[in-house]
Amino acid sequence: MSTETKQPVLEVRNLSVALPKGGDRVHAVEKVSFTVNPGEIVCLVGESGSGKSVIAFTVMGLLAKALKPTSGEILLQGENILTASEDRLRELRCTRMSMIFQEPMTALNPVMTCGEQIDEVLSTHTQLDAATRKAKIIAILDRVKLPEPERIYASYPHQLSGGQRQRIMIAMALVLDPVLLIADEPTTALDVTTQAEILKLVAELQAGQGTGVLFITHDFGVVAEIAHRVAVLRWGELVEMGPTEQILSRPVQGYTKMLISSVPSITPVHRGVRRDGTTVLRTEKLGKTYTGSSFFQKARVVKAAVDVDLDIRRGETLGIVGESGSGKSTVARCIARLIDPTEGKVYLGDTEIATMSAGKLRPHRRRVQIVFQDPYRSMNPRITVGDFIIEGPMNFGLSRDEAMARARKLMETVRLDPNALDRFPHQFSGGQRQRICIARALAMEPELLIADEAVSALDVSVQKQVLELLDEIRVRLNLAVLFITHDLRVAAQICDYVAVMSKGRVVEYGSAEQVFGSPKAEYTKALFAAAPGRHWEFGKFAA
Amino acid sequence: MSAITEEAVDSASIAAASTKRKSLWLVAIRNPNVIIGGVILLTMLLIAILAPFLGTVDPQRIDPAARNKKPGTEITYRLDDGTTMKRVAIMGTDSLGRDVYSRVLYGARVSLAVGVAVSVISVAIGMVIGLVSGYIRWADGIIMRIMDGLMAIPGILLAIALVSIWRAGLITVVFAIVVPDVPRVVRLVRSIVLTVREEPYVEGAISVGTPTWILMFRHILPNTVAPLIVQGTFLAAAAILTEAALSFLGIGIPPEIPSWGNIMAEGRTLFRVFPHNILYPGIFLALTVLAINIMGDGLRDTLDPKMSKKV
Repeated sequence: MSTETKQPVLEVRNLSVALPKGGDRVHAVEKVSFTVNPGEIVCLVGESGSGKSVIAFTVMGLLAKALKPTSGEILLQGENILTASEDRLRELRCTRMSMIFQEPMTALNPVMTCGEQIDEVLSTHTQLDAATRKAKIIAILDRVKLPEPERIYASYPHQLSGGQRQRIMIAMALVLDPVLLIADEPTTALDVTTQAEILKLVAELQAGQGTGVLFITHDFGVVAEIAHRVAVLRWGELVEMGPTEQILSRPVQGYTKMLISSVPSITPVHRGVRRDGTTVLRTEKLGKTYTGSSFFQKARVVKAAVDVDLDIRRGETLGIVGESGSGKSTVARCIARLIDPTEGKVYLGDTEIATMSAGKLRPHRRRVQIVFQDPYRSMNPRITVGDFIIEGPMNFGLSRDEAMARARKLMETVRLDPNALDRFPHQFSGGQRQRICIARALAMEPELLIADEAVSALDVSVQKQVLELLDEIRVRLNLAVLFITHDLRVAAQICDYVAVMSKGRVVEYGSAEQVFGSPKAEYTKALFAAAPGRHWEFGKFAA
Repeated sequence: MSAITEEAVDSASIAAASTKRKSLWLVAIRNPNVIIGGVILLTMLLIAILAPFLGTVDPQRIDPAARNKKPGTEITYRLDDGTTMKRVAIMGTDSLGRDVYSRVLYGARVSLAVGVAVSVISVAIGMVIGLVSGYIRWADGIIMRIMDGLMAIPGILLAIALVSIWRAGLITVVFAIVVPDVPRVVRLVRSIVLTVREEPYVEGAISVGTPTWILMFRHILPNTVAPLIVQGTFLAAAAILTEAALSFLGIGIPPEIPSWGNIMAEGRTLFRVFPHNILYPGIFLALTVLAINIMGDGLRDTLDPKMSKKV
């Protein structure tokens, strides 16, 4: 890249954006400077609240009214965007700079065909006639590798898959060959195999056109996969910036070191498999079929889980990995009996619970506890953390004082202040809430703990802590853990055994080392091949 | 070493999370719509309660000598003990010589009573039915079909039927308005229950063995309170209007009891000559309903989470 001779596509100088009064800090973004050169992919990486999306929206001139840029300048090919008029910004969008978003479903208008939506861009910004516009759209649809461009042109967003929708977004963004493409977490909502395809596409397109890309992500795997240069953000400040290789392998700042060290390795740790514990849970040909019953139509049958055989012993962690819709959560919820399985058996110890009536099941509820994905929705916002933790034990006959004493002890177990029991959920962060949920599950003294994507919503540094906590608890209490995740890296770090699920079936089942080391099923191989940054071994640095 | 970073991460995330969540009620009572509506409504309430002390006379007292007097006319009253008293009828008198000012002020009692009674009763009944319908799946189909049926009954027809069976009166009117209102509340509560029951915290409560009734009242019901208060205000406003319409048609409150609808019905025949008989109760009626609706709008802006998302 001959960056010296060319003018940067985007130059951000000393940018500060103020947060509204009463926020947790004064600035969303503070004195951030960086450049994006033609043909270069710059990754802005940071945890939630680091201000990376605010930067993207400021560049596009799409900032919410409550946020105000207070200083600095943003130069798009030398033109200051912060002082540009609303009309000028409208001219620049799509022609010189474009943006793609995280959620392709909500970013597209559901009542317009994809072709019409791209056409809107063209008819707004060009004088082309209808036939030329259509030809141009078909060409760009072809370029983003959508099959049958003619059919896609006439399709509505709901008729396409998530990956296809994101391709439409990319086509719309690139149809006028902008010099700058801003991608705000464009693959976060996608499955890992789709993500790999989209990343490849973005890299190919920008290399072909020499587009500068500002790529926003929280995932270091994606960074390793795609970035030329990386900027690390924390609390709105630029911590460190440099070429990808340098930042990932020789970070200078403590925060960067901590972040990169927190990224779980995709190579499973050797944990010494022992199969001496008593079996806590065994499923036999477990299945869940949803039938959409209707008087007038043929019943629609969806097999969410088919013939799932699993077993977990005390002190073991079994991971179920798979993409969305693979049936992994269905299995977990069948085991916890939050939904009723339609086929097969679930043995909890020696008790078969799959077909047990609700009344008989209640005493067994204690034995299986579940921690959910979303730390913000898994706690009732109206009751205190103390009441939340003691609810279960009190249902099973413990007095309030006894239950509270147990809750205090558990708060220490999950490394939170026991005096915080009278606080409400909104006073805690996501990671803390997840620890409270673990404490609540443990308060029931379960035999099996199910973690359903329990760390997926957390930032990588917090995720690491929660994973360590879960593992520590498993060892200390000799618990059986069923760990549901879509994240192969997390699975590699925490699981003794792994079951890979696809389309409701277990396609591969074995010890973590075996599954990760020498996968047999085609699907598993494809899944691993798609994992972003799989070739990169993230170093462990002392902070 | 990891303990140190953990502390650092924690303190950062606490800073992010602990921005204080203001009580919705404090926000609500600062909303200008709520203040304006509330003040007017409070005035009406005071008028209704203090009607006997606001220079009124017996609103049912007929005085053939003082029929159809225009507002501001001085009238000589002959009291029961034979003495006479002069007073200005500031809103005039009706065709039976009754003092319109007194009737309008006392009429506020009926209107507000109907509004409050209808909203409280239909919200209470609708909440329970909606909760059961939304949470207990097998009951849902049956309950909702019954509710659909109830909703198909027009309030005014029901009132006519009820008056012919029982007799005209406050209870009949309230009952006739409540019946078609209940399904509206049921639908609202049911829709909230259907979304909240899928929340992980409700599933979490199920998995720790919380009995169904505690689940409903502790984890699900509180989510319905704010939307129900909003819905309640609109029901009250509609009920006041319906009561006036029923009384106007002569199938509501008995004609001797002053209600805004009755006063207007009575003044209808001589409306062209003496518009005051309809004008004054009309103003009070419109003002009250407007105040309730303004307040309801304000409450919805602040209490309803879907509306309050706007920046």
